[in-house]
Amino acid sequence: MSWVSNIIVALLVAGGAYVWIWARSNRLWREAMRALVRRRRFALIILGVYVLIGLLDAVSWVGGDGVQGVAASEARSVIDRIFKPSIFREKSYSEPFAQVEFVGGAALTFPGQHVLGTDILGDDVLYKTLKGVKVALLIGGLTCLVLIPLALLFGVSAGYFGGKIDDAVFFVMSTLASIPNLLLLIALIMALGKGTLQVCFALGITGWVGLSRLTRAETLKLRELEYVQAARALGVSHPTIVMRHILPNLAHLVIITFALLFTGLVLSETILAYLGIGLDGSWGRMIDQARNELSRDPVIWWNIVAASSALFILVLCVNLIADALRDILDPRTLRERP
Amino acid sequence: MLAFIVRRLAFGFATVLGVLFVLFVLFFAVADPDDMAIRAIGERASPETYAAWKRNHGYDKPLLINPEYDWTSIQRYTDTLLVDHYERMLSFRFGRSDSDDTPIWTRIREGAGPSLSLTLPLFVLGLIVGITLSLFVAFFRGTYIDRSVLVICMLGMSVASLIYIIGGQYLIGKLLRWFPISGFDPDPAVIGRFLAIPILIGVLAEFGGTVRLYRTVFLEEVNRDYVRTARAKGCGEIRVMLRHVLRNALLPIITNVVLAIPFLFIGSILFESFFGIPGLGALTVEAINGNDFSTLRTIVYIGALLYIAGQILTDICYSLADPRVRLGAEASA
Repeated sequence: MSWVSNIIVALLVAGGAYVWIWARSNRLWREAMRALVRRRRFALIILGVYVLIGLLDAVSWVGGDGVQGVAASEARSVIDRIFKPSIFREKSYSEPFAQVEFVGGAALTFPGQHVLGTDILGDDVLYKTLKGVKVALLIGGLTCLVLIPLALLFGVSAGYFGGKIDDAVFFVMSTLASIPNLLLLIALIMALGKGTLQVCFALGITGWVGLSRLTRAETLKLRELEYVQAARALGVSHPTIVMRHILPNLAHLVIITFALLFTGLVLSETILAYLGIGLDGSWGRMIDQARNELSRDPVIWWNIVAASSALFILVLCVNLIADALRDILDPRTLRERP
Repeated sequence: MLAFIVRRLAFGFATVLGVLFVLFVLFFAVADPDDMAIRAIGERASPETYAAWKRNHGYDKPLLINPEYDWTSIQRYTDTLLVDHYERMLSFRFGRSDSDDTPIWTRIREGAGPSLSLTLPLFVLGLIVGITLSLFVAFFRGTYIDRSVLVICMLGMSVASLIYIIGGQYLIGKLLRWFPISGFDPDPAVIGRFLAIPILIGVLAEFGGTVRLYRTVFLEEVNRDYVRTARAKGCGEIRVMLRHVLRNALLPIITNVVLAIPFLFIGSILFESFFGIPGLGALTVEAINGNDFSTLRTIVYIGALLYIAGQILTDICYSLADPRVRLGAEASA
C-alpha cells in the first residue's frame, strides 16, 4: 500500500505548487499572502516544518538499507529510515539524554542519544512524536476533504436555488445541529467502526453544518448582486454562474473556516483517543497512554510532555495563522478592531 | 402569534423525527443487530445464542418491511425495527441496557443530578468570569493589557482539554493536595470538595475562547452611536462601560448562552469520567466501553430532544419580545 501514500504526497506537492503559482499571478491573493507572511512569519515556518515532517513520513518504499528485524516486504518511510526503530531502542523507560536505564540503572544501548527519552517498551519518544505529525495532519486534512465539498454542495445549492431545496437543506442542517456534537461523533464512530477513514468521515459529517450555514448566507447575498443577475439575464447556465461567480467569492470563507476547523479537529481527536476510539499513533493516544505514568513515583513526565507540546505548538501556529487570515481576508472584522 | 407557535412546534417535531431517523440509520442499518449481538457476546457463540440475544433485546424483527405480512391485518406489516424504534423512543419506553439489562430510564434519571451539580456551577462561573474579564479587556482596548490578555487567551485556546484535566488534576490534587483527586458525594456539606477541581479546571480551560468571543461583541458595541452620545453628554468611561455597553452587549451573549443550557443535562464526558462523578457523561463512557448501543442511542436522543425544546422556547420568547422575528419567519416561509 505504500504506493498509494507516495502518489498522494506527489499530488499534494503538485497541487501546492499549482496553488502557489496561481495565487502569485492574482494581485489580490498575492497581497494577502504577503500580508500573512509579514504578520506570521514564525508560525508559517513552524507549520512548514510540521508539513515537511508529515510528508517525509508519508513517502515510503520497501527494502534498501538491510536493517535487521524488519519484514522484507515492509515499506518504511524516510522517518523510519532515519530512526531505525527496530534497532534504536532500549529495554524500557529512560530519561531524556540518560546514560542508564530509568529503573534499575543498567547501561543503555544508546546512552545519551534519546533526546526525549524512551517509553515503556523502550521506543524512542522523539520518533513516536514525529510519527504523530502525519496522523495529526491526516485528521485535519482528510476530514476537511470530506467536509468542505459537502458543506459547499449543500450551502451553495440551498442559497442559490432557494425554495424547496433550501427548505430540505435547512431541515437536514437543523436535524444534525440538534444532536450534541460529541455525542453524534461517538454514535457515528460506534456505528461505522474504528479506523482512520471512519473517524475522519465521522468528524466530517459532524462538522459541515457550520460552514454550510456560512456559505448559504453568503450565497444568498451574492445571488442578488448585479453581475450575477446580469449573467443570468444573458443566459449563462447555473453551473457556470456557480463556478465563475459564486465559488470564487466563497474562497476566503472556506480558507478561514479550514484553518479554524483544523485546530478543532486535532484537539477533538484527543478526546476521542481518551474514549478509546481515536487513531493509532496519534498524540491523543500517546497522551492517553501516558496519563497513568504521572502517578508513578518517580514521575515519568517526558512522554506526556513530548506529545502535548507537539500538539500545542501545531495548534498554536494554526490558530495564529487563522487569526491573521481572518483579519486579512475578511474586511468586516477589521471594523471591529479598535 | 398562535400560527407561529404551531408552525414552530411542527418544525420541532419534524426535527425530532429526523434525529430518530439518523439514529435508526446509524444503530440499525449501519451497525445491524447481528453486529450488536457479536459485539455484545463475542464472536464464537452459536447461532442459537445470537438469536436468543436478539430476541431478548427485541432486535429479532425485519428492518424496514415485514415480508411475512398479509393484507388481513395491518399489525404485522408494521412489525419492523423501524416502527418499533420510533414507537419506543417517542413514547419514552427506552427498555433495558444492552450490556447489563438495567432499565435505561432509571439510570438516566439518576445521572442527571450529579451531571447538573457539575455543569451548572461551571456554566455560571464560566459566564461570570468570561464577561468580567472581557469587559475589563474591552475597557483597556488597544493597550498592552488588552494585547497581553489576548496572547494568553490564544495560548490557552491551543491546549487540549485533556491536558488541562490531566495537568490540573496532577497539580491541584496530587502536588498541592488541596482537594480530593476524584470521587463524588451528593451530601451538600461535602459536595463542594469533590467538585472544586473540575470546576476550577473547567473555567480555566474555556476562558480563552469565551473572552476572545465576548471581547469582539463588546468592541462592536463600543463604536455605536449611543455610546458616543453617552460620552458626549459627559459620562465617565466606567459608567459608559457598565451602564451602556454591558447592558446592550449582554443581549447577543445571552442569546448564544441560552442555547447551551440544554446540554448541561448531558454533563461533561471528560470531566465526569476523570473525576469519578456518576453523571450522564460517565454513563456515556460506560456505554461506549461496553458496546451498549441502546443506552448510547437513548442518551443521544435525549440530548437532541432537550436541544430542540430549548430552541423552540427561545424562539417563542423572542417572538413575544420582538415581532420582527415572527414576521421574518413568515416572510421567509
